Amino acid sequence: MSKRILEVENLTVDIPVGGGILHAVQGISFHVDQGETLCIVGESGCGKSLTSLAVMDLLPKKAKRGADVLKLSDEDLLAAGERRMCDIRGNTMGMIFQEPMTSLNPAYTIGNQLEEALKRHRKVSTREARDRAIYLLEKVGITAAESRLGQYPHQLSGGLRQRVMIAMTLMCGPNLIIADEPTTALDVTIQAQILLLLAELQREFEMGLILITHDLGVVARIADRVAVMYAGQIVEEGTAEQVFNRPTHPYTQGLLECIPIPGKTDRGKPLGSIPGIVPSLIGKFNACHFAERCLFATGDCTRGNIDMRQASEQGHAYRCILDADTCRSNALEKGVA
Amino acid sequence: MNDVVISARGVTKTFMISAGAFRGKKPLHAVNGITLDVERGEVLALVGESGCGKTTLAKMLLGLLPTSAGSIEFSGVPVANIERLKLAGLVQPIFQDPYSSLNPRKSIGSIITLPLRVQKDPDPSTWRKRAEEMMELVGLPRRLFENFPNQLSGGQRQRVAIARALINRPEVVICDEPTSALDVSVQSQILNLLQDLRSELNLTYVVISHNLAVVEHIATRVAVMYLGRIVEQKDTASLFDNPEHPYTKALLQSVLTPDPSLGVPDTQLGAAYPNPVNPPSGCTFHPRCVRVMDHCSVAAPHTIQRPGGFVECHLYDENEGRGRVAS
Repeated sequence: MSKRILEVENLTVDIPVGGGILHAVQGISFHVDQGETLCIVGESGCGKSLTSLAVMDLLPKKAKRGADVLKLSDEDLLAAGERRMCDIRGNTMGMIFQEPMTSLNPAYTIGNQLEEALKRHRKVSTREARDRAIYLLEKVGITAAESRLGQYPHQLSGGLRQRVMIAMTLMCGPNLIIADEPTTALDVTIQAQILLLLAELQREFEMGLILITHDLGVVARIADRVAVMYAGQIVEEGTAEQVFNRPTHPYTQGLLECIPIPGKTDRGKPLGSIPGIVPSLIGKFNACHFAERCLFATGDCTRGNIDMRQASEQGHAYRCILDADTCRSNALEKGVA
Repeated sequence: MNDVVISARGVTKTFMISAGAFRGKKPLHAVNGITLDVERGEVLALVGESGCGKTTLAKMLLGLLPTSAGSIEFSGVPVANIERLKLAGLVQPIFQDPYSSLNPRKSIGSIITLPLRVQKDPDPSTWRKRAEEMMELVGLPRRLFENFPNQLSGGQRQRVAIARALINRPEVVICDEPTSALDVSVQSQILNLLQDLRSELNLTYVVISHNLAVVEHIATRVAVMYLGRIVEQKDTASLFDNPEHPYTKALLQSVLTPDPSLGVPDTQLGAAYPNPVNPPSGCTFHPRCVRVMDHCSVAAPHTIQRPGGFVECHLYDENEGRGRVAS
């Protein structure tokens, strides 16, 4: 069995706001093994980005994090202080953010920023840091790597900047990379290249990868396992094959119906849609979060919280009162099989 | 003969770009000689990577930017001769980001009725009723009339933008990435709405998008742009079933369908998008092309008629461009 890199159990994020407490993340559990890609997918406001920030302990000051277990390899992150977290972030746990322009410092050269990442965590000479930077820039497919070191972020295109970000994340050889919408700001052709690169590097360096995105196409192509989030909870979890080929939760089914799929959706025919909007997460919520928008909701859906339950296969779980067979036959009826 | 609403002939837009503090300005051909007809009732999609000139072309179609060369005609009348106000009544835009395209200090009602005020509509007493009818048509509850944009969700805001665009009953609506700022479930609602409105109000759309799955779904004709040129233009079925230009093929390959049995595609596009100030010689796509031939870097390809439309590529030229290189 491969090594477990990250284990999260019952993670919560509460943010005090004007009208009460916003329960942005409500008891999320997941884990990532060595060499595994976990995709967290969901719409804006579902708590996917806060989940990643909570793992890195980068939440806004007023937000409160709670968890039963939060372990990186063998280290308990709940007990780690700010100083220890600074040593971990960028060292054993790397991050890639959405907008490469805002996450690179415009006032320093690429080389400077890459070298700093290594020098912050390791006792190395500038020479060694520089060699590592060149090696990694070449690894991420940047030509003439040595001459790039002297360039500033504004001299690079969006795709190149994201490659530099990836190289920077790899400087210390992390066990885990958390990538929050790494390709959303890029063109489709560049997106494919960056994803391919991430997948290759992950295989080569045997890292765990958490990819946070709203793009189901990206998820299907790159994920080993998928967690679908809705309104602060994971509503379905399983391998990519299970979630995409046998979607069980009505929300997952609805999402898959919403996107036009070349070759499958009839051109010009209306797309499926999920009626209504995401519920407010302020205050206590004691019902299925999706009930208001669900086509199959019954009175039972609003009587108390719904727990995750096992679908017909090992490792595939969903959060719904309906049994898996009913959910599946609903899906077949709607044509999302 | 088809009913052509907008007809562009050899349209070019050149910006002068500063190349450095003490250097002269350099020309950047954002749109480089595009000829395009938009027929009544169709959905024409412009696709391509950022920087290919889609938005510049759309701005010229809207009359917001003058052309540097070439002409744009609206129902046979040159756009330059149409009064600004009249043109605004005929062509209307819907922009990408409904968070920045709506004035945060105006109520929904006044945003939607603004075009009526601008056009000096003779009957102010009916404005509210007409705005409310339009809100209903685009799926906004009437009670939001007095609300402000910050009280609305992204999807609702985009509906406001659509209502505002349609209140004067334009003939053509130019949608610049209408759904890319929206969530998946909201995106499908807006796409369905645009489709319904098109048949209900007999609209013509020019849709700009980089999401090819969306384009395939709503467009009737697709123009693929690369560095200011249309490199392939065909009806949707021909383009998606039989893409011919290597760039179109690469674009289609990079569409990530949610199919877990397929991995991440390798588009083999290699080099990044070229700097439009110094475009490559010959066919501008040749440095990234997988099927590049010797003469591609020398001669620019001509427009070649193909089933369903045209393509600009030496691969489909019977002379393979050799004749022109020699001459």
